[in-house]
Amino acid sequence: MFSIDLLSNALVAGLLLGGFYAAVALGLSIVFGQLDIVNIAHPAFVILGSYVVYMTNTALGWDPVLAGVLFTPLFFALGVAVYRIYYAGFERTGRESLAGLAFFFGIMFILEVVIILIYGVDYRLVEAAYIGQTLRIGIIDLPYRMLVPFITAMAMTGGIAFYLSRTFTGRAILAVSQDRLALELMGANPIRIKSLAFGIGLATAAVAGALLIIIGPVEPSFGRLYIGRVFAIVILGGMGSIKGTLLAALLIGVSESFVQTFVGPSWADAVAFSVLLLTLVVRPQGLYGRL
Amino acid sequence: MLRINITCLRAWVLAGVLAVSLAAVAAFPSTARAAEPIKIGFSMTLTGGLAANGKAALVAMEIWREDINKKGGLLGRQVEFVYYDDSTNPANVPGIYTKLLNIDKVDLVVSSYGTNLIAPAMPIIMKKKLVFMTLFGLAVNDRFKYDRFFQIMPSGPEPKTDWSRGFFQLAMSQSDTPKTIALLATDSEFSKNAVAGARTNAKKAGLEIVYDKTFKPGTADFSPIVRAIKATNPDLVYVGCYPPGAAGIVRAANELGLEPKMFGGSMVGLQYAALLTKLGPQLNGMVNYDFWAPEPTLDFPGIEAFLEEYQAKAREAGTDALGHYLPPYAYAYLEILGQAVNAVGSLDQGKIADYIHKTTFDTVVGPVSFAKNGEWAKTRVLMVQFQNLEANNVDQFHKPGKRVVLYPAEVKSGDFIYPYNRAR
Repeated sequence: MFSIDLLSNALVAGLLLGGFYAAVALGLSIVFGQLDIVNIAHPAFVILGSYVVYMTNTALGWDPVLAGVLFTPLFFALGVAVYRIYYAGFERTGRESLAGLAFFFGIMFILEVVIILIYGVDYRLVEAAYIGQTLRIGIIDLPYRMLVPFITAMAMTGGIAFYLSRTFTGRAILAVSQDRLALELMGANPIRIKSLAFGIGLATAAVAGALLIIIGPVEPSFGRLYIGRVFAIVILGGMGSIKGTLLAALLIGVSESFVQTFVGPSWADAVAFSVLLLTLVVRPQGLYGRL
Repeated sequence: MLRINITCLRAWVLAGVLAVSLAAVAAFPSTARAAEPIKIGFSMTLTGGLAANGKAALVAMEIWREDINKKGGLLGRQVEFVYYDDSTNPANVPGIYTKLLNIDKVDLVVSSYGTNLIAPAMPIIMKKKLVFMTLFGLAVNDRFKYDRFFQIMPSGPEPKTDWSRGFFQLAMSQSDTPKTIALLATDSEFSKNAVAGARTNAKKAGLEIVYDKTFKPGTADFSPIVRAIKATNPDLVYVGCYPPGAAGIVRAANELGLEPKMFGGSMVGLQYAALLTKLGPQLNGMVNYDFWAPEPTLDFPGIEAFLEEYQAKAREAGTDALGHYLPPYAYAYLEILGQAVNAVGSLDQGKIADYIHKTTFDTVVGPVSFAKNGEWAKTRVLMVQFQNLEANNVDQFHKPGKRVVLYPAEVKSGDFIYPYNRAR
């Protein structure tokens, strides 16, 4: 069954899939990797993104990606609000480790119930002219359903990486998890910086949700299936490194694709997590993490 | 003096009336009990992965409850539901049924939706020797062999193999007989059972199995899997999966040009308005299982009225807009239980089970009778072919000619277009 055709297509499909994984994991990389907040509800926010995109796609005919981008300010504001509650309730009193985790579990369930109450439990899909079309370059097939999410994810990841590395606020976000006191001495308010970072993390969920619903149908509890995978990508990438998150997502995507093609689809998760374990044995700090 | 006597007389009369009333209540407790409702208890998948079907089932069940109560209820008593959300988590099911039976003291029980949610309730139900009407479990009783188990999905007496029998009969009756098959299933009880039956049928038919794999729920992209299947060049592709998988596989197959002679099988989701509407023409030519379609051969008494009522309620509940797949059967499994209770005239579980075993019931899904193992006496798993579907048009699915019934012969409604690419 081995052929150049299969091999090259498996590689390309893996990269496209990895790009999508990067979009889903990006927000968590900031929130969990840089702020050390175990936002287990991040995939649920991604699903919320899928549903608001579905709503505008169905009612107004908006393109899913455009809708996802337009909803980022709203998700940013939601993120700031969620962080403020989290800070006041848990972080300020030093109870963030276990009580904070329970808080995000609670948010996850609340989001699911809210989505069920508003949209019901039926599967939802979106329409776009490119869904179902394929770009063929030689022996390589590039379904637009995967290509559009890949390009969007790359643009979003590049934008976030640029913002974090080239702006004062971006650098402050990177600094806040390393040395809060030093940041205060530089004249920045750590709580404000963390609020901004959490907002940015959640803003990416709006776009990731759009990409998810382009790829396939969603239902309110669908996010649970992504919890393990996105945390694995963030840890593999090296807690908080945007470059590392992207590389880890691509690595997981490609390994899944190769296993699905040449071994058997049911082994895909096991191999992806084996990649995580093996990498952590060699590099405990992850691909781009610092010890 | 006279005044005192009248007062005394009134007191004696009042006391007498009270005494007679109390004696009557004590002597005829069943008269007072007659006013108590009959409680039917169940767990249901109202949240979690199977919530779409669980909620739709509940809408249908509530329609039945309203209908039966309008007709005077069961045994002259109104019917009440006591139910809990199992969150599509099998681990929650035993606790729910224990509570229903020991705390809520329900009179009758029926099952949640789906194989994985029915099986965990079985040991408790069997211990209490209760009649168990179940909703869409595949081959659950193969292991338990419980004589008071009944299952409303029309799988047939040999559920695993009956399930895909039609697919293989259609394939092997073509002049250009297929020789190879690819099998693909979600890593879940239902899909694996469906594909296990297909594997047996494929071997019986002398087909060479060139691909036989499972995939995990949550698989995001099916392109690598579809490419691997395409590389084996199978004549038939039989897939067992849930809605996210169905959408992903159909889309990937269209995007990558997978065109075997016959494609479909046991894909849950290709019966729902959401997927049917959005996938539209990408489904043309596929042959998939189904349980009802608006074809003239399936126009059973009461089905149109039921669907009209369901569809009106579905808009509010946010469940499947068509309701062709599960809701009529969720209504029918209570219809059967209700008919049996009224016919027996009591809640005696043994008598109800005996009655269900020996009776053919008239329901909104047509006449239903059960085999010894509690499955339908004869399979009626439809094999339908999607024909002439247009893009983004939900109204087309209310009309005949779009999901043409090919199997079984007694309800066949149109001709099979073979091979697959001729119907594209």
